[in-house]
Amino acid sequence: MLLVGGYALAFYWAPEDADQGFSQKIFYLHVPIALTAYAAFGWGAWKALRLLWTGDRRYDLESYTAVHIGVIFGLLTLVTGSIWAKISWGEWWTWGERQLVLFLILFLFYSSYFMLRYSTEPGPRRERNSAVYALFGVVLIPVSFLAVRIAGTILHPTVFTHEGANLPWQMLVCFLICLGGMLALAGTFYRVELAGKRADASLRELRELLA
Amino acid sequence: MSAYAGDVAALARKDLLLELRSRDTLPAMLLFVVSALTIFHFALPSGSSERAETGLLWIAIVFTALLGLTRAFAPEREQSLLDGLVLAPCDRSAIWLGKTIGVLLFLVLAEVVALPAFALFFHPLSWELVAAVALADVGIAAIGTLLAAIAAASRARELLLPLLFLPLAIPVVIGGVGASIASNPGSFLAFLALYDGVFAILSWASFEYVVTE
Repeated sequence: MLLVGGYALAFYWAPEDADQGFSQKIFYLHVPIALTAYAAFGWGAWKALRLLWTGDRRYDLESYTAVHIGVIFGLLTLVTGSIWAKISWGEWWTWGERQLVLFLILFLFYSSYFMLRYSTEPGPRRERNSAVYALFGVVLIPVSFLAVRIAGTILHPTVFTHEGANLPWQMLVCFLICLGGMLALAGTFYRVELAGKRADASLRELRELLA
Repeated sequence: MSAYAGDVAALARKDLLLELRSRDTLPAMLLFVVSALTIFHFALPSGSSERAETGLLWIAIVFTALLGLTRAFAPEREQSLLDGLVLAPCDRSAIWLGKTIGVLLFLVLAEVVALPAFALFFHPLSWELVAAVALADVGIAAIGTLLAAIAAASRARELLLPLLFLPLAIPVVIGGVGASIASNPGSFLAFLALYDGVFAILSWASFEYVVTE
């Protein structure tokens, strides 16, 4: 609901960007998705830390689900960012856009997280290894951010700069509503998927008991 | 603390001794890195810039390290010794530190050959490049040893390690290439040192969870 309202406002109410025009509207889609992906990765790492700290096995599924949501939103960030890049600069991919490069690194990293999960036998060992890897991910985010930033200033010319935080207040309100909506959407996905995965896990346990 | 250092030294010495007896990792790394440099010579069109050559050197370093890392836990796995190591009366992070020192030593030895070979085949080395390689080695060994332990517990060991390692190595390559070619190598070297510190502490702290059964 919040999301739909936010996008309605974004389309009809927010002033159009002076030099990007209508295409700037994707800002309300792209940036909230990116921030939601960060939030999901952070949530996954927090659950991973709880798992290592307390040894409580139920955090494993929670961490896995959060990372899964994060990867889906990360992929959407890449897609929407790519579309935005095509519209604004005429290129589907540009290495000058630091956020996109960062998301590519993170996407590769978290895809390996799934490879790790699928190729390790289920059990406490897998839970702890995945948790450690998820923790590495959340440390990798600022480290790669820094890396891409210093590389951006020297290796590649900085062609494009972000519009900065000085948005008109209508834009900011729309943006915040969209962000809230996106977070709520991710939270809902998270709950639904977690419920599904828990049902799966208990079903498997039952089968093993019966077999 | 001195007991800890003694454990670490004993574990590192054990790895070196094993390598001295079997000689299967270091010669492979040396051969690999020289072959890679030879291939790079033919992969680059003549007249390519020194910057491109430096970039390829970094690729060679990362993949040579990967080759060594896939073998890092091979002796333990083949003889199923990891459980014994974990049960040994020492701090588990000492296992990580000992292994990291062994990996680091192999990597440095491989580069002692690779860097002069690079200078011979391509262009002379700058001190920034050597410093960046030294800093990158520490980070690669620290994080690679932990990931090798994670990968060793999976079914697709040799396949999984590069997938786990390469995304984490991207910042190393960025820092290393930047330090080798940029006009202000200091900030890239500082970044590499930061990377080493952050990931070494993280690997040191989390190794225990990876090896405990």
